[in-house]
Amino acid sequence: MSKLLFVPMWLRPQSRSGQARLPAGLVLPSVLVASLLLLPLGYLVFRATGVEPHVWRDLWSPSTLRILGRSLLLVIGVNASVWLLSLPLAWLVVFSDLPGRKLWTVLVATPLVVPSYIGAYVLIAMYGPRGLLQQWLEPLGIERLPSLYGYPGALIAITLFTYPYLFLGLRSAMMSLDQSWLDAARTLGQSGWKTLGTLLLPVLRPALAAGSVLVSLYVLSDFGAVALLRYTTFTSAIYLYWQSSLDASAAALLMLVLVIFTMVLMGLEFVLRGRARIARTHAGTGRTVTTVRLGRWKYAAWLLLGGTVFMGMGNPIIVSLIWLVKGLAAGATLQPVWQAMGNSLLVSLLAAVTAVLVFAVPTAYLAERYRKLSARLPARAAYIGFGMPGIAVALSLVFFGARHAPWVYQTVYLLLLGYMVRYASLAVGPLRTQLSRINPRMEEAGRLLGFSEIRVLWRVTAPVARGGLLTGGALVFLSTMKELPVTLLLGPTGFNTLATRIWSATEEAFYARAAAPTLILLLVSALGIAAIFSGEEL
Amino acid sequence: MNGYLSQTLCGSLRGTVASRLLCGFFLFLMAGLAACTMPVSETAAPAPESQVLVVYSGRNENLVAPVIESFAAETGIKVEVRYGGTSAMAATILEEGSNSPADVFYGQDAGALGALAKAGRLQALPEDVQSLVDPAWVAADGSWIGTSLRARVLVYNTDELTVEDLPANIHDLTNEQWRGRVGWAPTNGSFQAFVTALRVLEGEEEAKAWLEGMIANDVQVYPKNTPIVAATGAGEISVGLVNHYYLLRFLAEDPEFKAANYHFAESGPGSMVNVAGAGIVDSCSNCEAAEAFVRYLLSQEAQDYFLSTTHEYPVADGQVELPSGAVPLDMVALPEIDLSDLEDLEGTLALLRAVGALE
Repeated sequence: MSKLLFVPMWLRPQSRSGQARLPAGLVLPSVLVASLLLLPLGYLVFRATGVEPHVWRDLWSPSTLRILGRSLLLVIGVNASVWLLSLPLAWLVVFSDLPGRKLWTVLVATPLVVPSYIGAYVLIAMYGPRGLLQQWLEPLGIERLPSLYGYPGALIAITLFTYPYLFLGLRSAMMSLDQSWLDAARTLGQSGWKTLGTLLLPVLRPALAAGSVLVSLYVLSDFGAVALLRYTTFTSAIYLYWQSSLDASAAALLMLVLVIFTMVLMGLEFVLRGRARIARTHAGTGRTVTTVRLGRWKYAAWLLLGGTVFMGMGNPIIVSLIWLVKGLAAGATLQPVWQAMGNSLLVSLLAAVTAVLVFAVPTAYLAERYRKLSARLPARAAYIGFGMPGIAVALSLVFFGARHAPWVYQTVYLLLLGYMVRYASLAVGPLRTQLSRINPRMEEAGRLLGFSEIRVLWRVTAPVARGGLLTGGALVFLSTMKELPVTLLLGPTGFNTLATRIWSATEEAFYARAAAPTLILLLVSALGIAAIFSGEEL
Repeated sequence: MNGYLSQTLCGSLRGTVASRLLCGFFLFLMAGLAACTMPVSETAAPAPESQVLVVYSGRNENLVAPVIESFAAETGIKVEVRYGGTSAMAATILEEGSNSPADVFYGQDAGALGALAKAGRLQALPEDVQSLVDPAWVAADGSWIGTSLRARVLVYNTDELTVEDLPANIHDLTNEQWRGRVGWAPTNGSFQAFVTALRVLEGEEEAKAWLEGMIANDVQVYPKNTPIVAATGAGEISVGLVNHYYLLRFLAEDPEFKAANYHFAESGPGSMVNVAGAGIVDSCSNCEAAEAFVRYLLSQEAQDYFLSTTHEYPVADGQVELPSGAVPLDMVALPEIDLSDLEDLEGTLALLRAVGALE
């Protein structure tokens, strides 16, 4: 082999424009949107300045350190288990010869839509010390199951409802792999395991980095699941304290500690992602990967896929059906949910499209094609909102909306901005991964051939980036479907979604009324992702 | 118009055609959004604003929507309700400042109402409204009023225990026999009001000793009332310190649910009574309707509804028949305590943090 088919490419002077000034046409929209996304940060700083001195004293206490440590432990544990789960799952739906991989993809991704407080409640109802499983085992003399509460329960619950972040990103990265790279590795005599280390992992690095940051930030921002599973983290402690004291200044100061955590994680992502960009440099066209025959391993594959889908979707479905049957038998009344369903779909699709087109496209392009640090900042601004609890995002926009922009306050537009603040970061990662896969020389070649910029974007860049756009959109769609605090506080008055219906019913133990919206949420979301991914086939 | 705008704004930019295109697309979207906003905001409020009563309700839609609807039907006043958690709704009014669209705040615990009153965001209710209920259920400054009552009880698992097994007061729960079998929710507003009552009735030292005794006795911590009731019914714990009406919700959907409420035999903070209440927001734009609404919540009709449907105790005077299974409040050994005695929430939070019940 005299020609290298694949070279890891250091991006430094990646293109002529890489050394040129940043184009204002990209910078302007990026900075504009990014600064809108940073509004909550401004609010926190403003509120925190009014904090009473005793809060500072409380902050420097061993108790703070202890709960921060507990948050960190959960971040590490959840990341480890999410990696262990997502890598094989993504590999199976991309590379294996299992039938129905498209369907599996949809089913494996859908648990992302389960609100974490519902997910935690369902886990307790099923596997708690005296849950359904114990009742089924009771004839065998089992009086009590080992306690789910504390770290193990929180770990399981959050893993189950965050692994799709990594799974979807990995899947999209794996799908853009070029079979000729794998062949080259094999021709060079590399074993399967060695290929994994020298080829697969480096190629997947951006996706792994982006997914891990999302998972970590989710762990940091969540309090619904950890509170129910009785594992106190930094955020749940702040939230519960704020809930009873309504001391916004103290909560804001503590939240800024969380923002510092977020920034540290962003730094970690930078390191994890690495500076290498891997793209095809040789002439010819890439080939999509050929499938691997599983042989007898297919039983293990079925078990893993089936088990994941059962834990993620099966459990909520079982518990909802029990709620429905018991409640109806006792004469509970149901409510129609069609309007809520329509609202959920409408705002979630709007949020997905806006996040991808208005935010992710300019910022991701800027971050991938220009080397300057300043070019990468706008793409990262969105992480701040994702790392904050939703209620903090919602209240900060209530503050800005009611006081400074009453004409959009309590309209769908401010609601959409709220969704952007929370979830725009989800759309960036997959798109950046795909953009990094495009050799800038290909874009240059296009220009040399006399194609206009637009034509290059349309004919060269867009087809490859398509998968990233769709995956990012799917993540935003699913997350918005379950979003609660921003919807409650910023939506038009009287605005209902499936998520607000479920919350409102479970809050006061109207479980039969929560069942229908929960089942519809799962079904509609699965159909939604199926529709989004059907766009992958040209 | 849009094309011209984007050409002049984006055409002057340095950079590639692609970036100009993106810039144009962005401006187009912005202009589109702006254009759409205007007609929407116009059609959204066909009636003059003062005709619409805006209620921010921390009380659940499933519980109070029927009352609000019958108020609207009876008075012809158009009502818009924003539902959310009690804390979140109170915080929203605080963040909105004087631009708040809210006329009435209707919440399910005294803490949030007290926080709004302390920030000066509730206006004093007229004397004749205040006089509709026992002064024990009105804020000291008259800024808000209790609309229904919820009693603190001990919920117990009926498979494991009978009434004879249950303690006479909260102090017995620190005994060895209850080790690891009791659930509480230290972050819950009603529980915190109960701790305040404990401090007021028995003193700071005694309250501290009880909290420490409970923690030493391996009390199980839950985030709120509903999971405690669920855990008690499942037999995960034997008893739990909760508000009385959650159990009645569980029984409504599952008559076989294995739990019952117990009112402590001895009078004390363990059987104190909490309120749900309402206040008129200081920046109200429809203050008259707001007053009518508060008055309606205290009417015979609304009080009957609370009693029969949300399983709460009525607050206004009047003869009402209790639903089966509910213990009349005058049969309960109530402690001698007023709402105005329960204002020191900060002291309670500090105590809960000091003993390690809150982090």
